[in-house]
Amino acid sequence: MASSDQILQYCLSGLSTGAIYALIGIGFAIIYNSTGIINFAQGEFVMLGGMLTVFFLSVAVLPLPAAVTAAVLVATLVGVIFERLAIRPLKDAQPITLIIITIGGSILIRGIVMLVWGKDTHALPAFSGNEPLFVGGATILPQHLWIFVITVLIIAANRLYFHHSISGKAMRACSYNARASRLVGIDVKRMVLFSFAISAAMGSMAGIIIAPLTMTSYDVGVMLGLKGFCAAIIGGMSSGIGTVFGGLIVGVLESLGAGLVSSGYKDAIAFFILLIILFLRPQGLFRKGETERV
Amino acid sequence: MGKIIFKTLSVLCLMLAMASVTVAAEPIKVGALFSVTGPASFLGEPERNTAVMVVDKINKAGGIKGRKVSLIVYDTQGDATKAVQAATRLIKDDKVVAIIGPSTTGDTMAVIPIVEKEGIPMISCAAGIKITDPAKKWVFKTAQNDNLAVQRIYEYLKTQGIKRVALLTVSDSFGSSGREQLKGLAKSYGVDIAADETYGPKDTDMTAQLTKIRGSEAKAIICWGTNPGPAIVARNVKQLGITLPLIMSHGVSSKKFIELAGDASAGIIIPSGHVIVADQLPGSDPQKKALMSYVKEYQARYKAEGDHFGGHAWDAMTLVKMALERGAATPAAIRAQLEKTRNYNGIGGIFNFSPTDHAGLTKDAFVMVTIKNGDWVLIKDKKAGGKAGAKK
Repeated sequence: MASSDQILQYCLSGLSTGAIYALIGIGFAIIYNSTGIINFAQGEFVMLGGMLTVFFLSVAVLPLPAAVTAAVLVATLVGVIFERLAIRPLKDAQPITLIIITIGGSILIRGIVMLVWGKDTHALPAFSGNEPLFVGGATILPQHLWIFVITVLIIAANRLYFHHSISGKAMRACSYNARASRLVGIDVKRMVLFSFAISAAMGSMAGIIIAPLTMTSYDVGVMLGLKGFCAAIIGGMSSGIGTVFGGLIVGVLESLGAGLVSSGYKDAIAFFILLIILFLRPQGLFRKGETERV
Repeated sequence: MGKIIFKTLSVLCLMLAMASVTVAAEPIKVGALFSVTGPASFLGEPERNTAVMVVDKINKAGGIKGRKVSLIVYDTQGDATKAVQAATRLIKDDKVVAIIGPSTTGDTMAVIPIVEKEGIPMISCAAGIKITDPAKKWVFKTAQNDNLAVQRIYEYLKTQGIKRVALLTVSDSFGSSGREQLKGLAKSYGVDIAADETYGPKDTDMTAQLTKIRGSEAKAIICWGTNPGPAIVARNVKQLGITLPLIMSHGVSSKKFIELAGDASAGIIIPSGHVIVADQLPGSDPQKKALMSYVKEYQARYKAEGDHFGGHAWDAMTLVKMALERGAATPAAIRAQLEKTRNYNGIGGIFNFSPTDHAGLTKDAFVMVTIKNGDWVLIKDKKAGGKAGAKK
């Protein structure tokens, strides 16, 4: 039978992967809320974050903080270009068309990265050493602390932005009713652009902070993107605390499932939870059932 | 009269000369199927590079019996359907006399019915045991069977007195084949499997599985997979402070693994082809000459380390070359000559083909190596008679 140390380790491992799912999930939620589409290229921003940092570190030989900043900036730029070229020209299209376009965009980004940097996996050095830290009977790495701290900071900054700044409030207004927002003078198109920029920045940050643990290659974005999507669905597509819990729940259940049941079902667990939520509470675990927005 | 005879003779001579010139210009066509792109590109790319390198060398030296060799490479992208199309094209359109590759077991199994039907010899570079077990008339292979690596690992564990192991295998075809062999051979080596865990090829954290293994009674961990999974496993093992010996498969025997796993790679033990420790082999080793020239030529041409995957293509192409040199020109003759190959000192091992054995290797094709200071170090066998045990 599993000891309490083991359970603690499963939970800690789960929380750290869950934090990443949450960051990616929030990226999905922000774009969904401002445009009504699911951006399946979100996982590619995660990949871009890691790969660009590797590039700036090894080819441009920048110090780590500069490489991280440069990677986030470039990834954000890619997000902006993506919106300009793929989403904006089709603004009046059906959401389903746009969603399919994002899938195409993700394949394109992945393909370009594969051609430019090859198919190799790359490792990023840990931000502060590899000596494990003991938490009770379990261990985590300093990198896990980085993940927790950066995730909390990003989520806090996100909350400040959306609730206490004019442009953040304007974006929320767009998510409630785009036409009314336009009528009161909000530039909806610019808000959509902002949402892509913010999600790309967040996704790339997530990709950077996990790269020292999980390595990075041109195709890491696919699975991480899907898990982040699960987190966002469980959180009811909220760009706040709901998705954070969604991510943590997926991460911990996956880890407990792999440890206590069978590691063969690890991925199945995440998608099983997704299906259950979609059947029973399609509005998400934490969102009160609300009337259909018309 | 004499004049006429002279004239006819000289015309005949001229015609003959011209004929022989056209014969000399006609190259020998050898086909190659490698997964140069796609998920198995880590196999196909070095294999393609190596095959091209070997063929260039043959042609630079004047070809085989005055005929140049022309290598026609198609990319299967690790997709069985594409492999079948490419094989058909090689045989029907390009009219090759032999095929080397494909890179993966899946591609190879899909192509086998075609070469068997058309009667074209094929030397696969994939590892799956079912490719040549049972032996098929036209199919040979150069990659070492998984079960040889497993035998080598269990033998090593025996010398260390370890009887209980935990398995951590990747859930793709490489991992499940390894898992099957590890479980199947455990009993005959008196090994007890205390934990049997798997992970997905795209998983990013294996601490849950390793925590479970830590709680089991295993005395060693055997991880079976290809990059990057095993590198993450190595890091997770270090993170959890697990001190059990960690044994990996030959699927990670390239420098890339050490680079990815970083400090966590220290002390990991793997069964590997001889190529990664070529310079540490004693001078008496019969494979050393081929290994060193492969490593050197590859380094000079591609500025990268030649790994044992490329070695499979080296062996396949060299086997074809040797068959051609012995006078075979038709597919059937090449096949017959291949089957007669004895004591070919290749990269993967010493090959001895026979009508019942088209894989040609024994477990001596593997040596046990460990990682020290970011490089491979040969583990000398305690067992007498083992090839790897040859004293330095």
